[in-house]
Amino acid sequence: MVEKPKAPAAGNSRANTKKELPEHLKAYKHIWVMLELERGVVHPVSWELMGEGRKLADKLKVDLCGVVLGAPGTTDGAVADCFGYGGDVCYVVEHPSLSDYRNEPYTKVMTELVNKYQPETLLLGATNLGRDLAGSVATTLLTGLTADCTELDVDAEGSLAATRPTFGGSLLCTIFTLNYRPQMATMRPRVASVPLLTPGRTGRVIRHDVSLPEEDIITKILAFLPDGTTNKSNLAYADIVVSGGLGMQNADNYQLVRDLAGVLGAEWGGSRPLVQKGWIPTDRQIGQTGKTIRPRLYIAAGISGAIQHRVGVEGADLIVAINTDKNAPIFDFAHVGIVADATKVLPALTETFRKRLALAATRSAAE
Amino acid sequence: MHIVVCVKQVPDSGQIRVHPVTNTIMRQGVPTIINPYDLFSLEEALRLRDKHGGEVTVVTMGPPMADQALRKCLTFGADRAVLLTDRFFAGSDTLATSYALGQLIEKVSATWGAPDIIFCGKQTIDGDTAQVGPGIAKRLNLLQLTYVQKIEDFDFDKKEITVHRRAEGGIQVLKTKLPCLVTMLEGTNEMRRGTMADALRAARAGIITWSAADAGITNLALCGLKGSPTIVKKVFAPPARAEKAFQIEVADKSYEDICDALLGEVYKRQPALEQDMVKMAPGY
Ligand SMILES: Cc1cc2nc3c(=O)[nH]c(=O)nc-3n(C[C@H](O)[C@H](O)[C@H](O)COP(=O)(O)OP(=O)(O)OC[C@H]3O[C@@H](n4cnc5c(N)ncnc54)[C@H](O)[C@@H]3O)c2cc1C
Repeated sequence: MVEKPKAPAAGNSRANTKKELPEHLKAYKHIWVMLELERGVVHPVSWELMGEGRKLADKLKVDLCGVVLGAPGTTDGAVADCFGYGGDVCYVVEHPSLSDYRNEPYTKVMTELVNKYQPETLLLGATNLGRDLAGSVATTLLTGLTADCTELDVDAEGSLAATRPTFGGSLLCTIFTLNYRPQMATMRPRVASVPLLTPGRTGRVIRHDVSLPEEDIITKILAFLPDGTTNKSNLAYADIVVSGGLGMQNADNYQLVRDLAGVLGAEWGGSRPLVQKGWIPTDRQIGQTGKTIRPRLYIAAGISGAIQHRVGVEGADLIVAINTDKNAPIFDFAHVGIVADATKVLPALTETFRKRLALAATRSAAE
Repeated sequence: MHIVVCVKQVPDSGQIRVHPVTNTIMRQGVPTIINPYDLFSLEEALRLRDKHGGEVTVVTMGPPMADQALRKCLTFGADRAVLLTDRFFAGSDTLATSYALGQLIEKVSATWGAPDIIFCGKQTIDGDTAQVGPGIAKRLNLLQLTYVQKIEDFDFDKKEITVHRRAEGGIQVLKTKLPCLVTMLEGTNEMRRGTMADALRAARAGIITWSAADAGITNLALCGLKGSPTIVKKVFAPPARAEKAFQIEVADKSYEDICDALLGEVYKRQPALEQDMVKMAPGY
């Protein structure tokens, strides 16, 4: 991909920086969120998108619509939650060939829905499923797609303003699709929070029938091998995360991070160099090219706070940093800092928390 | 067998600096590299070729100096390299890029035979979109297998491929027909060093360089800025937080005291956390 111009507005002679929507695209209305239903569970990023989508729909005074695809009889829970999380309308397509995600049938159904019901905006999660599908749908529809956004908004004219990091997070850019519809975007998991669920809230269900003969679908799913539950990270959705960086000095010292995480019932992770050194597995990497996290408490030990790390942790409610260098960039965005040797602080912290939690536990048991 | 691998030359973003006033990337002197994600796809392509015979053609779209990236691919053992370069492509977004690369691959097919498999990187490190691979597949009307962890089975006679694809919560084992487009997951293999013979060949080899016209691209309205439905309106540096971190006093303090002070600060700022932690903690 050739890069975009860096300072586009001024002196840019392109014709389409102004909104000139062709007549046939003016009918496109409402905001759609693709609800990623897989094996009975909707990916939380879909609800995060419903939360963001609700804000956009309220500003534009349009409907917020969920779209759910799945095997017959599997979508009821997702439909109910779609309304519970703020949807006005839910489009439902049920077909045996939609039981698991596959690019061919999902692309076919999504493009068919868009062409028939004409949404102005189509939002998907920047997950493997969402990214796989979004590229196919946008290219089929020949419309604009802004991938991996961290912020969604609308401008004064009601156009979708999608902001995403670029150059590994060194810069942010805000991107528009002015003259094509729908405006498409994928959003990173965990950059927004899941809205409150209102049980019992209802809306309009629109069922759409499709013809999808299985023999026309070339790609077949032979098996699904679920990840083992042991050792699997749930970093993105953890309440507390303890992580380490090169300041931990060696793989053995990294165990101190896991010890603290163990006492807290927290998830553990680290900076990218630790993955490269093989101290931690790939799915434990936090940052731009790893996981984005939003814990209530993030404890970073021996991490300098490079921009690529920062973009992955900024959503944390409280960031505690332990670093020997008082000028380390991590202190620019941490809330609480300790300038000290992490290999000494961590064991002491594990002990302090252990005592404190044991005390609190006996106290609450006594009450 | 004919395999096409799409690569991109990218700035080594570890060395990127942003101009503090103009918020533009200071490119001067920033070394370029082959997009690291592309190497996993290239290596997989070379392995398939080594096992089943045939040729690997590496293609890229970019400025004239992107030929360095292609030459590097030749040293790894690719058979042929084609650079598509033209000022008409400047400013391409993912849709315009997939158009140009799709057209380029059509021309490559017409010249050296239709590819049985096309590889792309999972995403690039500068754009990070992961959308160009699926875009090319759609442009060429090919099936796509993204985030592939392993090629489990490759039957060239039957024109069938079975892969392990990374999905949420597990691995999908997918079987499809050739031709198709594959993007490999990172860490799935390790790029070979390339042989001396390859290095010598690469040094002598010419990089085939095509303009838009050479590649048979006549509809320039679909290229570059003109062919890009997305418009970048604003580029800015991430906002700095107003205050620096509150520092826990450490001078002349024992680690125990430091930790007590930290816990106090944590619970002061997140009052609900202490009770919730008792519930979360495994228990002692
Ligand atoms: C394209 C690209 C993508 C990237 N993606 C990511 C990503 O997703 N996630 C990520 O984390 N990085 C990523 N990086 C790497 C990033 O730029 C940094 O190099 C990396 O985050 C640094 O890791 P670190 O903080 O562990 O190491 P360092 O930067 O080396 O920092 C180590 C820190 O430890 C401190 N220290 C040393 N000894 C001690 C001690 N005894 N006690 C306490 N502190 C000590 C030092 O003062 C220093 O601040 C990416 C880079 C590129 C180019």
